[in-house]
Amino acid sequence: MQECIDIFNTFAGCLTASGADPGLAQFLSILLGVVLVAMGPLVIVIFLIWVERKYAARVQDRLGPNRVGPFGLLQTFADALKLITKEDITPAGADKLIYNLAPIISVVSVILIWAVVPISPLHIGADLSIGALYFVAVGSIGTLAIMMAGWSSNNKYALLGAFRVVAQLVSYEVPLVFSLLVPVMFAGTMSMQGIVEAQLGMWFIVFSPLAALIFFISTQAETGRAPFDLIEAESELVAGYNIEYSGMKFGLFFAGEFLHVFTNALIFAILFTGGWLGPFVYQVPALGIIYLFAKGSIFYLLSLHLRNTLPRIRIDQLMSFNWKFLVPVSIANLILVAFLWKVIQLIGLLPGPENASDFLAHLPAAIIMLVGNLALTVVVLQMLRNVGRRAVAANAVSTPANAELDDQPYSLPVPH
Amino acid sequence: MPTFDEFAPIGALLILSVVMVALITIISRLFGPYRPSLRKTAPYESGMKPIGPAVRRFPVRFYLIAVLFILFDIEVVFMLPWAVVFRQLGLFALIEMVIFIAILLVGYFYAWRKGALEWE
Repeated sequence: MQECIDIFNTFAGCLTASGADPGLAQFLSILLGVVLVAMGPLVIVIFLIWVERKYAARVQDRLGPNRVGPFGLLQTFADALKLITKEDITPAGADKLIYNLAPIISVVSVILIWAVVPISPLHIGADLSIGALYFVAVGSIGTLAIMMAGWSSNNKYALLGAFRVVAQLVSYEVPLVFSLLVPVMFAGTMSMQGIVEAQLGMWFIVFSPLAALIFFISTQAETGRAPFDLIEAESELVAGYNIEYSGMKFGLFFAGEFLHVFTNALIFAILFTGGWLGPFVYQVPALGIIYLFAKGSIFYLLSLHLRNTLPRIRIDQLMSFNWKFLVPVSIANLILVAFLWKVIQLIGLLPGPENASDFLAHLPAAIIMLVGNLALTVVVLQMLRNVGRRAVAANAVSTPANAELDDQPYSLPVPH
Repeated sequence: MPTFDEFAPIGALLILSVVMVALITIISRLFGPYRPSLRKTAPYESGMKPIGPAVRRFPVRFYLIAVLFILFDIEVVFMLPWAVVFRQLGLFALIEMVIFIAILLVGYFYAWRKGALEWE
Protein backbone atom coordinates (compact mmCIF):
# COMPACT_ATOMS: atom_id res chain seq x y z
CA MET A 1 0.00 0.00 0.00
CA GLN A 2 1.48 3.30 -1.10
CA GLU A 3 -0.66 5.64 0.90
CA CYS A 4 0.86 8.99 -0.04
CA ILE A 5 4.24 8.03 1.35
CA ASP A 6 5.95 11.34 1.91
CA ILE A 7 3.21 13.49 3.41
CA PHE A 8 1.44 10.86 5.43
CA ASN A 9 4.47 9.09 6.81
CA THR A 10 5.77 12.40 8.08
CA PHE A 11 2.30 13.17 9.40
CA ALA A 12 2.19 9.83 11.19
CA GLY A 13 5.76 10.41 12.39
CA CYS A 14 4.82 13.80 13.78
CA LEU A 15 1.88 12.36 15.66
CA THR A 16 4.01 9.56 17.11
CA ALA A 17 6.70 12.03 18.11
CA SER A 18 4.16 14.22 19.85
CA GLY A 19 3.05 11.31 21.99
CA ALA A 20 0.28 9.55 20.03
CA ASP A 21 -0.05 5.80 19.84
CA PRO A 22 1.70 4.58 16.61
CA GLY A 23 -1.34 2.54 15.56
CA LEU A 24 -3.61 5.53 16.07
CA ALA A 25 -1.20 7.77 14.15
CA GLN A 26 -1.19 5.29 11.25
CA PHE A 27 -4.98 5.14 11.29
CA LEU A 28 -5.30 8.94 11.34
CA SER A 29 -2.89 9.35 8.44
CA ILE A 30 -4.82 6.81 6.34
CA LEU A 31 -8.03 8.60 7.27
CA LEU A 32 -6.55 11.92 6.13
CA GLY A 33 -5.57 10.40 2.78
CA VAL A 34 -9.03 8.94 2.28
CA VAL A 35 -10.68 12.26 3.15
CA LEU A 36 -8.47 14.01 0.59
CA VAL A 37 -9.27 11.46 -2.12
CA ALA A 38 -12.99 11.76 -1.38
CA MET A 39 -13.04 15.55 -1.14
CA GLY A 40 -10.89 16.16 -4.22
CA PRO A 41 -13.48 15.05 -6.80
CA LEU A 42 -16.30 16.89 -5.03
CA VAL A 43 -14.33 20.14 -5.13
CA ILE A 44 -13.15 19.62 -8.70
CA VAL A 45 -16.67 18.98 -9.98
CA ILE A 46 -17.74 22.48 -8.93
CA PHE A 47 -15.22 23.97 -11.33
CA LEU A 48 -15.89 21.37 -14.02
CA ILE A 49 -19.52 22.48 -14.21
CA TRP A 50 -18.33 26.07 -14.65
CA VAL A 51 -15.89 25.08 -17.41
CA GLU A 52 -18.54 23.03 -19.14
CA ARG A 53 -21.11 25.81 -19.10
CA LYS A 54 -18.62 28.44 -20.15
CA TYR A 55 -17.34 26.31 -23.03
CA ALA A 56 -20.85 25.43 -24.22
CA ALA A 57 -21.72 29.11 -24.07
CA ARG A 58 -18.73 30.12 -26.17
CA VAL A 59 -19.49 27.46 -28.77
CA GLN A 60 -23.06 28.75 -28.99
CA ASP A 61 -21.92 32.39 -29.17
CA ARG A 62 -23.15 33.26 -25.68
CA LEU A 63 -21.33 34.63 -22.65
CA GLY A 64 -22.26 31.91 -20.19
CA PRO A 65 -22.30 32.46 -16.42
CA ASN A 66 -20.71 35.86 -15.71
CA ARG A 67 -22.61 37.43 -12.81
CA VAL A 68 -21.68 35.55 -9.64
CA GLY A 69 -18.05 36.11 -8.76
CA PRO A 70 -15.20 36.84 -11.19
CA PHE A 71 -16.01 35.33 -14.65
CA GLY A 72 -19.02 33.70 -13.03
CA LEU A 73 -16.74 31.29 -11.16
CA LEU A 74 -19.04 31.16 -8.14
CA GLN A 75 -22.13 30.40 -10.24
CA THR A 76 -21.96 26.73 -9.32
CA PHE A 77 -21.97 27.54 -5.60
CA ALA A 78 -25.07 29.66 -6.12
CA ASP A 79 -26.69 26.82 -8.07
CA ALA A 80 -25.80 24.29 -5.38
CA LEU A 81 -27.33 26.53 -2.70
CA LYS A 82 -30.46 26.89 -4.81
CA LEU A 83 -30.72 23.14 -5.36
CA ILE A 84 -30.31 22.48 -1.63
CA THR A 85 -33.21 24.78 -0.77
CA LYS A 86 -35.51 23.26 -3.40
CA GLU A 87 -38.30 20.88 -2.50
CA ASP A 88 -37.34 17.26 -2.75
CA ILE A 89 -40.25 15.38 -4.32
CA THR A 90 -40.60 11.61 -4.13
CA PRO A 91 -43.22 10.44 -6.61
CA ALA A 92 -46.13 8.38 -5.37
CA GLY A 93 -45.58 4.67 -5.88
CA ALA A 94 -41.80 5.04 -6.06
CA ASP A 95 -39.61 2.48 -4.35
CA LYS A 96 -38.33 4.89 -1.70
CA LEU A 97 -35.14 3.13 -0.68
CA ILE A 98 -33.89 2.48 -4.22
CA TYR A 99 -35.11 5.88 -5.39
CA ASN A 100 -33.07 7.68 -2.74
CA LEU A 101 -30.06 5.41 -3.09
CA ALA A 102 -29.64 5.81 -6.87
CA PRO A 103 -28.16 9.36 -6.98
CA ILE A 104 -25.82 8.50 -4.09
CA ILE A 105 -24.51 5.41 -5.90
CA SER A 106 -24.15 7.38 -9.11
CA VAL A 107 -21.72 9.84 -7.48
CA VAL A 108 -19.98 7.32 -5.22
CA SER A 109 -19.14 5.05 -8.16
CA VAL A 110 -17.18 7.90 -9.75
CA ILE A 111 -15.46 8.95 -6.52
CA LEU A 112 -14.34 5.34 -6.03
CA ILE A 113 -12.49 5.43 -9.37
CA TRP A 114 -10.32 8.20 -7.93
CA ALA A 115 -8.83 5.70 -5.50
CA VAL A 116 -6.72 4.22 -8.32
CA VAL A 117 -5.83 7.47 -10.10
CA PRO A 118 -2.06 7.93 -9.66
CA ILE A 119 -1.52 11.69 -9.43
CA SER A 120 2.27 11.66 -8.94
CA PRO A 121 5.08 9.12 -8.52
CA LEU A 122 4.29 8.95 -4.81
CA HIS A 123 0.63 9.81 -4.54
CA ILE A 124 -2.13 7.34 -5.20
CA GLY A 125 -5.13 6.41 -3.10
CA ALA A 126 -4.41 2.70 -3.30
CA ASP A 127 -2.06 1.17 -5.88
CA LEU A 128 -4.11 -1.97 -6.48
CA SER A 129 -2.46 -4.76 -8.43
CA ILE A 130 -5.73 -4.98 -10.38
CA GLY A 131 -6.18 -1.22 -10.89
CA ALA A 132 -7.36 -1.39 -14.50
CA LEU A 133 -9.92 -4.08 -13.69
CA TYR A 134 -11.04 -2.07 -10.67
CA PHE A 135 -11.62 0.95 -12.92
CA VAL A 136 -13.91 -1.08 -15.20
CA ALA A 137 -15.71 -2.76 -12.30
CA VAL A 138 -16.36 0.38 -10.29
CA GLY A 139 -17.14 2.45 -13.37
CA SER A 140 -19.99 0.12 -14.28
CA ILE A 141 -21.65 0.52 -10.88
CA GLY A 142 -22.86 3.83 -12.32
CA THR A 143 -24.93 1.81 -14.81
CA LEU A 144 -26.61 0.12 -11.88
CA ALA A 145 -27.51 3.52 -10.40
CA ILE A 146 -29.21 4.52 -13.64
CA MET A 147 -31.19 1.29 -13.76
CA MET A 148 -32.21 1.77 -10.12
CA ALA A 149 -33.33 5.34 -10.80
CA GLY A 150 -35.36 4.36 -13.84
CA TRP A 151 -36.98 1.34 -12.23
CA SER A 152 -37.86 2.91 -8.90
CA SER A 153 -39.29 6.19 -10.23
CA ASN A 154 -42.62 4.63 -11.22
CA ASN A 155 -42.55 6.61 -14.46
CA LYS A 156 -42.74 5.36 -18.03
CA TYR A 157 -40.26 7.86 -19.44
CA ALA A 158 -37.77 7.05 -16.70
CA LEU A 159 -38.04 3.33 -17.29
CA LEU A 160 -37.72 3.65 -21.07
CA GLY A 161 -34.78 5.96 -20.65
CA ALA A 162 -33.10 3.61 -18.21
CA PHE A 163 -33.51 0.61 -20.53
CA ARG A 164 -31.93 2.51 -23.38
CA VAL A 165 -29.12 3.84 -21.27
CA VAL A 166 -28.28 0.48 -19.81
CA ALA A 167 -28.29 -1.10 -23.27
CA GLN A 168 -25.94 1.65 -24.44
CA LEU A 169 -23.57 1.60 -21.48
CA VAL A 170 -23.38 -2.18 -21.37
CA SER A 171 -22.69 -2.34 -25.12
CA TYR A 172 -19.93 0.24 -25.13
CA GLU A 173 -18.22 -1.46 -22.24
CA VAL A 174 -17.13 -4.27 -24.57
CA PRO A 175 -14.87 -2.16 -26.85
CA LEU A 176 -13.81 -0.16 -23.78
CA VAL A 177 -12.41 -3.24 -22.08
CA PHE A 178 -10.91 -4.64 -25.27
CA SER A 179 -8.98 -1.42 -25.86
CA LEU A 180 -8.06 -1.29 -22.17
CA LEU A 181 -6.35 -4.66 -22.64
CA VAL A 182 -3.81 -3.07 -25.01
CA PRO A 183 -2.02 -0.82 -22.46
CA VAL A 184 -2.29 -3.66 -19.92
CA MET A 185 -0.51 -5.92 -22.38
CA PHE A 186 2.21 -3.34 -23.08
CA ALA A 187 2.80 -2.65 -19.41
CA GLY A 188 2.50 -6.27 -18.29
CA THR A 189 0.57 -5.17 -15.22
CA MET A 190 -2.88 -3.95 -14.26
CA SER A 191 -1.58 -1.60 -11.59
CA MET A 192 -2.19 2.00 -12.65
CA GLN A 193 1.14 3.14 -11.22
CA GLY A 194 2.85 0.33 -13.17
CA ILE A 195 1.10 1.32 -16.41
CA VAL A 196 2.29 4.90 -16.02
CA GLU A 197 5.87 3.87 -15.25
CA ALA A 198 5.93 1.53 -18.26
CA GLN A 199 5.42 4.58 -20.48
CA LEU A 200 8.70 6.15 -19.38
CA GLY A 201 10.29 5.56 -22.79
CA MET A 202 7.29 5.96 -25.06
CA TRP A 203 3.63 6.78 -24.59
CA PHE A 204 1.24 3.93 -25.39
CA ILE A 205 -0.76 6.18 -27.71
CA VAL A 206 2.18 5.96 -30.12
CA PHE A 207 2.18 2.17 -29.92
CA SER A 208 -1.51 1.86 -30.62
CA PRO A 209 -3.38 5.04 -31.60
CA LEU A 210 -6.31 2.90 -32.72
CA ALA A 211 -6.81 1.45 -29.23
CA ALA A 212 -6.60 4.97 -27.81
CA LEU A 213 -9.23 6.19 -30.26
CA ILE A 214 -11.58 3.30 -29.48
CA PHE A 215 -11.08 3.87 -25.76
CA PHE A 216 -11.86 7.56 -26.14
CA ILE A 217 -15.03 6.91 -28.17
CA SER A 218 -16.19 4.27 -25.68
CA THR A 219 -15.64 6.53 -22.69
CA GLN A 220 -17.53 9.26 -24.50
CA ALA A 221 -20.44 6.81 -24.87
CA GLU A 222 -20.04 5.49 -21.31
CA THR A 223 -20.61 8.98 -19.94
CA GLY A 224 -23.52 9.56 -22.29
CA ARG A 225 -22.05 12.55 -24.08
CA ALA A 226 -23.05 13.71 -27.56
CA PRO A 227 -23.09 12.19 -30.13
CA PHE A 228 -24.12 9.36 -27.78
CA ASP A 229 -26.40 11.39 -25.49
CA LEU A 230 -29.50 9.25 -25.91
CA ILE A 231 -29.54 9.26 -22.12
CA GLU A 232 -31.08 12.71 -22.24
CA ALA A 233 -32.96 12.55 -25.49
CA GLU A 234 -35.06 15.55 -24.44
CA SER A 235 -37.20 15.43 -27.54
CA GLU A 236 -38.30 11.83 -26.98
CA LEU A 237 -37.89 10.96 -23.32
CA VAL A 238 -38.26 14.44 -21.78
CA ALA A 239 -35.28 13.86 -19.51
CA GLY A 240 -34.69 10.13 -19.38
CA TYR A 241 -34.01 8.18 -16.23
CA ASN A 242 -33.76 11.22 -13.90
CA ILE A 243 -37.10 12.74 -14.87
CA GLU A 244 -38.71 12.36 -11.42
CA TYR A 245 -35.73 13.66 -9.49
CA SER A 246 -35.75 17.18 -8.14
CA GLY A 247 -33.53 19.39 -6.05
CA MET A 248 -30.17 18.14 -4.91
CA LYS A 249 -30.77 14.55 -6.02
CA PHE A 250 -31.09 15.75 -9.59
CA GLY A 251 -27.96 17.81 -9.03
CA LEU A 252 -26.09 14.74 -7.80
CA PHE A 253 -26.82 12.84 -11.00
CA PHE A 254 -25.37 15.73 -12.96
CA ALA A 255 -22.39 16.19 -10.69
CA GLY A 256 -21.70 12.47 -11.14
CA GLU A 257 -21.90 12.75 -14.91
CA PHE A 258 -19.60 15.78 -15.16
CA LEU A 259 -17.14 14.17 -12.81
CA HIS A 260 -17.25 10.92 -14.76
CA VAL A 261 -16.26 12.72 -17.96
CA PHE A 262 -13.25 14.31 -16.29
CA THR A 263 -12.30 11.08 -14.53
CA ASN A 264 -12.39 9.24 -17.84
CA ALA A 265 -10.19 11.92 -19.39
CA LEU A 266 -7.70 11.39 -16.55
CA ILE A 267 -7.83 7.61 -17.02
CA PHE A 268 -7.22 8.10 -20.73
CA ALA A 269 -4.22 10.30 -19.94
CA ILE A 270 -2.91 7.63 -17.56
CA LEU A 271 -3.40 4.69 -19.90
CA PHE A 272 -2.22 6.23 -23.14
CA THR A 273 -0.27 9.45 -22.62
CA GLY A 274 1.84 8.68 -19.60
CA GLY A 275 -0.22 10.11 -16.73
CA TRP A 276 2.02 12.09 -14.43
CA LEU A 277 5.16 11.55 -16.54
CA GLY A 278 6.97 14.71 -17.57
CA PRO A 279 10.29 16.51 -17.17
CA PHE A 280 11.75 16.57 -13.62
CA VAL A 281 8.82 14.63 -12.20
CA TYR A 282 11.07 12.35 -10.15
CA GLN A 283 12.92 15.29 -8.60
CA VAL A 284 9.73 17.20 -7.77
CA PRO A 285 6.86 14.69 -7.45
CA ALA A 286 4.31 17.48 -7.06
CA LEU A 287 4.87 18.37 -10.72
CA GLY A 288 3.18 15.06 -11.59
CA ILE A 289 -0.15 16.47 -10.43
CA ILE A 290 0.21 19.37 -12.86
CA TYR A 291 1.24 17.11 -15.76
CA LEU A 292 -1.62 14.69 -15.16
CA PHE A 293 -4.25 17.40 -14.87
CA ALA A 294 -2.88 19.25 -17.90
CA LYS A 295 -3.07 16.10 -20.02
CA GLY A 296 -6.47 15.18 -18.61
CA SER A 297 -7.79 18.69 -19.28
CA ILE A 298 -6.83 18.44 -22.95
CA PHE A 299 -8.90 15.28 -23.38
CA TYR A 300 -11.66 16.76 -21.25
CA LEU A 301 -11.83 19.82 -23.52
CA LEU A 302 -11.81 17.53 -26.57
CA SER A 303 -14.76 15.67 -25.09
CA LEU A 304 -16.53 18.99 -24.38
CA HIS A 305 -15.91 20.14 -27.92
CA LEU A 306 -17.35 16.92 -29.36
CA ARG A 307 -20.35 17.26 -27.10
CA ASN A 308 -21.07 20.78 -28.22
CA THR A 309 -20.52 20.36 -31.94
CA LEU A 310 -21.97 16.97 -32.88
CA PRO A 311 -25.63 16.05 -33.39
CA ARG A 312 -27.22 13.13 -31.59
CA ILE A 313 -27.35 9.77 -33.41
CA ARG A 314 -30.33 7.42 -33.45
CA ILE A 315 -30.46 4.37 -31.18
CA ASP A 316 -30.20 1.87 -34.06
CA GLN A 317 -27.16 3.76 -35.38
CA LEU A 318 -25.72 3.79 -31.88
CA MET A 319 -26.09 0.02 -31.51
CA SER A 320 -24.85 -0.76 -35.02
CA PHE A 321 -21.84 1.49 -34.54
CA ASN A 322 -20.90 -0.41 -31.42
CA TRP A 323 -21.70 -4.02 -32.29
CA LYS A 324 -20.87 -3.98 -35.99
CA PHE A 325 -17.94 -1.59 -35.95
CA LEU A 326 -16.26 -0.87 -32.63
CA VAL A 327 -16.36 -4.44 -31.26
CA PRO A 328 -14.86 -6.17 -34.32
CA VAL A 329 -12.30 -3.40 -34.81
CA SER A 330 -11.21 -3.52 -31.18
CA ILE A 331 -10.85 -7.32 -31.31
CA ALA A 332 -8.89 -7.11 -34.58
CA ASN A 333 -6.71 -4.41 -33.08
CA LEU A 334 -6.03 -6.49 -29.98
CA ILE A 335 -4.99 -9.53 -32.04
CA LEU A 336 -2.82 -7.37 -34.30
CA VAL A 337 -1.14 -5.65 -31.37
CA ALA A 338 -0.48 -8.97 -29.62
CA PHE A 339 0.93 -10.46 -32.83
CA LEU A 340 3.22 -7.50 -33.56
CA TRP A 341 4.31 -7.33 -29.91
CA LYS A 342 5.31 -11.00 -30.07
CA VAL A 343 7.14 -10.49 -33.38
CA ILE A 344 9.04 -7.50 -31.98
CA GLN A 345 9.92 -9.55 -28.92
CA LEU A 346 11.11 -12.52 -31.01
CA ILE A 347 13.38 -10.42 -33.25
CA GLY A 348 14.79 -8.75 -30.15
CA LEU A 349 13.66 -5.16 -30.66
CA LEU A 350 11.62 -5.05 -27.46
CA PRO A 351 13.33 -2.79 -24.91
CA GLY A 352 14.05 -4.59 -21.67
CA PRO A 353 13.90 -3.24 -18.14
CA GLU A 354 17.49 -1.95 -18.39
CA ASN A 355 16.60 0.67 -21.02
CA ALA A 356 12.98 1.27 -20.02
CA SER A 357 13.44 5.03 -19.98
CA ASP A 358 15.38 5.19 -23.26
CA PHE A 359 13.33 6.87 -25.97
CA LEU A 360 15.51 5.63 -28.84
CA ALA A 361 15.34 2.02 -27.67
CA HIS A 362 11.55 2.15 -28.04
CA LEU A 363 11.64 3.76 -31.48
CA PRO A 364 11.91 0.65 -33.72
CA ALA A 365 9.14 -1.13 -31.80
CA ALA A 366 6.98 1.98 -31.91
CA ILE A 367 7.44 2.38 -35.67
CA ILE A 368 6.45 -1.25 -36.31
CA MET A 369 3.40 -0.93 -34.08
CA LEU A 370 2.42 2.38 -35.64
CA VAL A 371 2.67 1.01 -39.18
CA GLY A 372 0.61 -2.00 -38.14
CA ASN A 373 -2.06 0.24 -36.64
CA LEU A 374 -2.17 2.46 -39.70
CA ALA A 375 -2.47 -0.59 -41.97
CA LEU A 376 -5.43 -1.85 -39.95
CA THR A 377 -7.00 1.62 -40.10
CA VAL A 378 -6.66 1.70 -43.89
CA VAL A 379 -8.18 -1.78 -44.23
CA VAL A 380 -11.10 -0.84 -41.97
CA LEU A 381 -11.72 2.42 -43.82
CA GLN A 382 -11.66 0.57 -47.14
CA MET A 383 -14.19 -1.97 -45.85
CA LEU A 384 -16.40 0.84 -44.58
CA ARG A 385 -16.21 2.56 -47.95
CA ASN A 386 -17.31 -0.63 -49.73
CA VAL A 387 -20.22 -1.08 -47.31
CA GLY A 388 -21.21 2.54 -47.82
CA ARG A 389 -21.09 2.26 -51.61
CA ARG A 390 -23.23 -0.87 -51.54
CA ALA A 391 -25.75 0.87 -49.27
CA VAL A 392 -25.92 3.88 -51.58
CA ALA A 393 -26.35 1.64 -54.64
CA ALA A 394 -29.09 -0.41 -52.94
CA ASN A 395 -30.83 2.79 -51.89
CA ALA A 396 -30.76 4.22 -55.39
CA VAL A 397 -32.30 1.03 -56.84
CA SER A 398 -35.02 0.61 -54.23
CA THR A 399 -36.33 4.18 -54.22
CA PRO A 400 -36.62 5.46 -57.79
CA ALA A 401 -39.75 7.41 -56.93
CA ASN A 402 -37.96 9.49 -54.34
CA ALA A 403 -35.10 10.12 -56.70
CA GLU A 404 -37.53 11.57 -59.24
CA LEU A 405 -39.05 13.79 -56.60
CA ASP A 406 -35.63 15.07 -55.69
CA ASP A 407 -34.93 15.99 -59.27
CA GLN A 408 -37.92 18.26 -59.56
CA PRO A 409 -37.23 21.96 -59.17
CA TYR A 410 -37.98 23.00 -55.66
CA SER A 411 -38.98 26.49 -54.65
CA LEU A 412 -40.11 28.03 -51.41
CA PRO A 413 -43.58 29.56 -51.37
CA VAL A 414 -43.14 33.30 -51.67
CA PRO A 415 -45.33 35.41 -49.35
CA HIS A 416 -47.12 38.29 -51.05
CA MET B 1 -2.54 -11.72 -4.28
CA PRO B 2 -4.74 -8.79 -3.25
CA THR B 3 -4.52 -8.38 0.47
CA PHE B 4 -6.72 -6.75 3.06
CA ASP B 5 -4.21 -3.92 3.44
CA GLU B 6 -4.48 -3.15 -0.24
CA PHE B 7 -8.24 -2.79 -0.12
CA ALA B 8 -8.61 -1.21 3.33
CA PRO B 9 -8.30 2.40 2.01
CA ILE B 10 -10.90 1.62 -0.65
CA GLY B 11 -13.32 0.32 1.95
CA ALA B 12 -12.74 3.47 3.99
CA LEU B 13 -13.23 5.60 0.88
CA LEU B 14 -16.48 3.78 0.07
CA ILE B 15 -17.91 4.39 3.53
CA LEU B 16 -16.75 7.99 3.67
CA SER B 17 -18.02 8.95 0.22
CA VAL B 18 -21.40 7.30 0.82
CA VAL B 19 -21.72 9.20 4.09
CA MET B 20 -20.69 12.50 2.51
CA VAL B 21 -23.02 12.22 -0.48
CA ALA B 22 -25.88 10.99 1.70
CA LEU B 23 -25.27 13.99 3.94
CA ILE B 24 -25.77 16.31 0.97
CA THR B 25 -29.19 14.80 0.24
CA ILE B 26 -30.17 14.93 3.91
CA ILE B 27 -29.13 18.60 4.13
CA SER B 28 -31.27 19.37 1.12
CA ARG B 29 -34.23 17.66 2.79
CA LEU B 30 -33.67 19.78 5.94
CA PHE B 31 -33.31 23.12 4.17
CA GLY B 32 -35.88 22.72 1.42
CA PRO B 33 -39.65 22.85 1.90
CA TYR B 34 -41.51 19.56 2.08
CA ARG B 35 -45.19 19.86 1.18
CA PRO B 36 -46.18 16.85 -0.91
CA SER B 37 -49.60 16.95 -2.53
CA LEU B 38 -51.51 14.49 -4.68
CA ARG B 39 -50.79 16.41 -7.89
CA LYS B 40 -47.15 17.02 -7.05
CA THR B 41 -46.28 13.42 -6.34
CA ALA B 42 -48.13 12.01 -9.36
CA PRO B 43 -45.74 10.48 -11.91
CA TYR B 44 -44.91 12.92 -14.70
CA GLU B 45 -46.54 12.10 -18.00
CA SER B 46 -46.41 15.36 -19.92
CA GLY B 47 -49.25 16.79 -17.87
CA MET B 48 -51.65 13.93 -18.58
CA LYS B 49 -53.16 11.61 -16.02
CA PRO B 50 -50.86 8.59 -15.78
CA ILE B 51 -52.27 5.64 -17.73
CA GLY B 52 -51.66 2.16 -16.36
CA PRO B 53 -48.68 0.97 -14.35
CA ALA B 54 -45.25 2.35 -15.20
CA VAL B 55 -43.39 -0.92 -14.78
CA ARG B 56 -44.43 -3.04 -17.70
CA ARG B 57 -43.03 -5.55 -20.20
CA PHE B 58 -40.00 -4.45 -22.18
CA PRO B 59 -38.78 -5.37 -25.67
CA VAL B 60 -36.76 -8.55 -25.91
CA ARG B 61 -33.89 -6.85 -27.75
CA PHE B 62 -32.67 -5.36 -24.47
CA TYR B 63 -32.39 -8.91 -23.19
CA LEU B 64 -30.43 -9.90 -26.30
CA ILE B 65 -27.98 -7.05 -25.77
CA ALA B 66 -27.50 -8.13 -22.17
CA VAL B 67 -26.77 -11.72 -23.23
CA LEU B 68 -24.25 -10.56 -25.84
CA PHE B 69 -22.61 -8.33 -23.27
CA ILE B 70 -22.23 -11.18 -20.79
CA LEU B 71 -20.69 -13.33 -23.52
CA PHE B 72 -18.05 -10.74 -24.35
CA ASP B 73 -17.44 -9.74 -20.75
CA ILE B 74 -16.67 -13.29 -19.70
CA GLU B 75 -14.30 -13.51 -22.64
CA VAL B 76 -12.52 -10.39 -21.44
CA VAL B 77 -12.19 -11.80 -17.95
CA PHE B 78 -10.15 -14.63 -19.44
CA MET B 79 -8.07 -12.25 -21.51
CA LEU B 80 -7.05 -9.87 -18.71
CA PRO B 81 -4.61 -12.26 -16.97
CA TRP B 82 -3.39 -13.36 -20.39
CA ALA B 83 -2.55 -9.74 -21.28
CA VAL B 84 -0.74 -9.21 -17.98
CA VAL B 85 1.68 -12.11 -18.44
CA PHE B 86 1.80 -11.87 -22.24
CA ARG B 87 5.45 -10.84 -22.29
CA GLN B 88 6.58 -13.92 -20.38
CA LEU B 89 4.51 -16.34 -22.41
CA GLY B 90 5.75 -17.90 -25.61
CA LEU B 91 4.30 -17.92 -29.07
CA PHE B 92 1.96 -20.73 -28.00
CA ALA B 93 -0.06 -18.36 -25.76
CA LEU B 94 -0.68 -16.03 -28.69
CA ILE B 95 -1.87 -18.84 -30.98
CA GLU B 96 -4.07 -20.24 -28.25
CA MET B 97 -5.69 -16.86 -27.63
CA VAL B 98 -6.26 -16.37 -31.36
CA ILE B 99 -8.07 -19.74 -31.44
CA PHE B 100 -10.09 -18.72 -28.38
CA ILE B 101 -11.11 -15.44 -30.03
CA ALA B 102 -11.84 -17.25 -33.31
CA ILE B 103 -14.33 -19.52 -31.51
CA LEU B 104 -15.99 -16.44 -30.04
CA LEU B 105 -16.04 -14.74 -33.43
CA VAL B 106 -17.85 -17.73 -34.97
CA GLY B 107 -20.63 -17.17 -32.46
CA TYR B 108 -20.46 -13.43 -33.05
CA PHE B 109 -20.92 -13.73 -36.82
CA TYR B 110 -23.67 -16.30 -36.30
CA ALA B 111 -25.48 -13.80 -34.08
CA TRP B 112 -24.90 -11.09 -36.69
CA ARG B 113 -26.33 -13.27 -39.50
CA LYS B 114 -29.31 -14.26 -37.36
CA GLY B 115 -30.07 -10.57 -36.95
CA ALA B 116 -29.37 -10.37 -33.23
CA LEU B 117 -27.40 -7.18 -33.76
CA GLU B 118 -30.17 -5.42 -35.71
CA TRP B 119 -32.15 -2.79 -33.84
CA GLU B 120 -35.52 -2.71 -35.57
